[in-house]
Amino acid sequence: MIEPGTEAEVAEAVRAAAGPLAIRGGGTRGPAGEGTPLSLARLTGIRLHEPGALTLVVAAGTPMREVEDALRAEGQRLAFEPMDHRGLLGTSGEPTIGGCVAAAASGPRRVQVGGCRDHLLGVRFVDGTGAAVKNGGRVMKNVTGYDLVKAMCGARGTLGVLTEVALKVLPATAASATLTLRGLDAGAAVRAMAAALGSPFEVTGAAWDGAATRLRIEGLEGSVAYRAGRLADLLAPHGAAEVERDPEANAATWAAVRDVAPFHGRAGDVWRVALRASDAPAAVAAAGGEALLDLGGAAMWVLVPEGTDLRDRLEGLRAVAIPVRGRAPRVGPQPPAIAAIEAGLRARFDPRGILNPGAMGPVAAAAA
Amino acid sequence: MEMPAPDARVMARKARVIERLGAVLSGGVIHDPAETRAYECDGLTAYRCPPLAVVLPASTEEVAAVLRVCHEEGVPVVPRGSGTSLAGGALPTADSVILGVARMNAVLEENLPDRYVRVQSGITNLRVTGAVEDQGFFYAPDPSSQLACAIAGNVAMNSGGAHCLKYGVTTNNLLGVTCVLMDGTVVEIGGPEAEQAGYDLLGLVCGSEGQLGVVTEATLRVLPKPEGARPVLMGFDDPVVAGACVSDIIRAGVLPVAIEFMDRPCIRATEAFAHAGYPDCEALLIVEVEGSDAEIDEQLNLIKQIARRHDPVELRESRSAEECAAIWLGRKSAFGAMGQINDYMCLDGTIPVSELPRVLGRIGELSAEFGLDVANVFHAGDGNMHPLILFDANKDGDLETCEALGAEILKLCVEVGGCLTGEHGVGIEKRDLMSVQFAPADMEAQMRVKDVFDPGWLLNPAKVFPLGASEGRRGALPRPSA
Repeated sequence: MIEPGTEAEVAEAVRAAAGPLAIRGGGTRGPAGEGTPLSLARLTGIRLHEPGALTLVVAAGTPMREVEDALRAEGQRLAFEPMDHRGLLGTSGEPTIGGCVAAAASGPRRVQVGGCRDHLLGVRFVDGTGAAVKNGGRVMKNVTGYDLVKAMCGARGTLGVLTEVALKVLPATAASATLTLRGLDAGAAVRAMAAALGSPFEVTGAAWDGAATRLRIEGLEGSVAYRAGRLADLLAPHGAAEVERDPEANAATWAAVRDVAPFHGRAGDVWRVALRASDAPAAVAAAGGEALLDLGGAAMWVLVPEGTDLRDRLEGLRAVAIPVRGRAPRVGPQPPAIAAIEAGLRARFDPRGILNPGAMGPVAAAAA
Repeated sequence: MEMPAPDARVMARKARVIERLGAVLSGGVIHDPAETRAYECDGLTAYRCPPLAVVLPASTEEVAAVLRVCHEEGVPVVPRGSGTSLAGGALPTADSVILGVARMNAVLEENLPDRYVRVQSGITNLRVTGAVEDQGFFYAPDPSSQLACAIAGNVAMNSGGAHCLKYGVTTNNLLGVTCVLMDGTVVEIGGPEAEQAGYDLLGLVCGSEGQLGVVTEATLRVLPKPEGARPVLMGFDDPVVAGACVSDIIRAGVLPVAIEFMDRPCIRATEAFAHAGYPDCEALLIVEVEGSDAEIDEQLNLIKQIARRHDPVELRESRSAEECAAIWLGRKSAFGAMGQINDYMCLDGTIPVSELPRVLGRIGELSAEFGLDVANVFHAGDGNMHPLILFDANKDGDLETCEALGAEILKLCVEVGGCLTGEHGVGIEKRDLMSVQFAPADMEAQMRVKDVFDPGWLLNPAKVFPLGASEGRRGALPRPSA
């Protein structure tokens, strides 16, 4: 196990590597790959937190808990609501901010404020040649040069070892409400969620668990009360809404949605599917397993027997299926031109193919 | 601003290139010098050069055919939306073909249950909202050129606008593109399902200034319109205090949709021009919030409480549509007003909001040092500054002094932790300043991405990166001989 304490040491370790490196943050977001473990656990610390500028700069190995505590102390939060994978994957340990970015972990609030990529302002990383690179910055509006920040978010370390990330943070909201409609099937739930998300009431969560359809509203106290009332009226044709205003109950409800709690501790493979919400009812039927919907139906979680190829079952639907728990390759078949671009990027950012090989699926033949 | 010398081999093949392009296009090729002149520059009018030819394809297939021809002939291609770039992003070279998407401007699909529209990229920004507003939706990014600018250019430059604090910029509202690579391959990147299986290629293409591919279609997120919006105007007798007030509002837990800042030179000029009735003070803020009437009151009450702690000389609310319009009138006329009294150059650096006081002070010093006035009007909520340097284009040397002062101000933005450009793009304007913000390894990593998408560096090649940095790459692949 290599445990560098500085970016320069990360660069040195990558340069010196004779074979594959298994890059790890907290090790909570998936099984470690082949290779010598390269842990970021010693690369920790909040480098800068400016509440008045809504920015946070933090070393990649910093535990999520430390980040969240620091933000909470200033009444702020990571608005993209990053998922904690431990329950679903049965992992232990402390998730890190670098792992969160490498996995592009997001949550139900993505439907309103965007995902991890939309809140990532800048990165520092060490590429596969051992060069330290920075991209983006710490300001919200920045179009200086190419946006490698987006490419690094969700690349699972295969284009570079993240050493530092800059994030946009947002004020935590004072009040919340959860509206619950019971007994809707997938089709009725998606229609109700589309009505809510198409309203001006700023819905920050829209999920369905097979029985309950839940919608979340957040903001200032008076505003939440007003919008919850209006939304309940709007949803009346879809069913009578129960309204929960207790902050702790709401936090627990949405943490369960975020972390896919209904599938914790249950056997089988778990897939996350990105799709058009209006296709979700058909996708739920085609998937065949137990299904949950988030993002108004634009994200579907499916529990299927081990070894099921969900991509096969969803054929004909416009959907991106990603195995989150299971052995299927992370990236499915792609059009040749896209596969060539991705292989080309990997070949140039990691010419020796040593950074988490396999984490994004098998390495395709490199482009010419 | 230096541009590479035209490739003599390409110039020698001009007739053949035009003939081959004509054979694949329904609408012909523009190559008469009287007509190509209309394409010799974009919004950065100080630099001009007529292109070899101009093509205005009617479909993705025609774009692909044009690119195949140019790829085979080794001809550089400069993609063009509406030509409103302030950074020279669409400036041609004499050996290049301008590929304009203006004829491709249709709305292809409206799907409001899923909250997206799919458009051809030549459509103007405002027409996207126009297509869905009667159903209660809008497209959020609103660059001030939105009446004219094309979605193609918005994607290329990752355009912003006044409302980014709440809604983000183009990259946060773009779901997918149809993109033609330099060799003519058509690729779909992203889409309404809003997620990609592999790398975030959509994020790479957005903001790549037309250097990775030609975007012909875009899938855009549209949002439900808020119930209402209302601004409040605050005047301060010290710009530093106004800056502190911005910071306090942001951390207080309200998220205004816009916070705009104007300083005294700008206030005076707009008063003389637009008579908005602004207070005579050192700095003013316009803060706008959204929601129902009661929600707006709740937010504005909190904002006013914060403002009062900073002793404003004026705190003006709007109760009617007329009063709202009056508050916005001066801000919206600011650029026009400055243009009435002077030539000006508009900068676009971004700074951390916390550095506002220091940067405003230093800009004042630099202004005195260089002997040119600077007026400040900008999106304070997100730190995106638009200092306007006033100069006289008819006075010898004034433009050069202005550019030198501009460079110093942008270096200052980088020095305090910000960046060279917040929403206009690098183009040619800030190309040579890239090394102020990026180390060689940082630029190398970016250029590698272009190597992957466009190995021959034929797409908009002389932009974004300092010519010295991209020299070994541009024209590196063998091209057909004449």
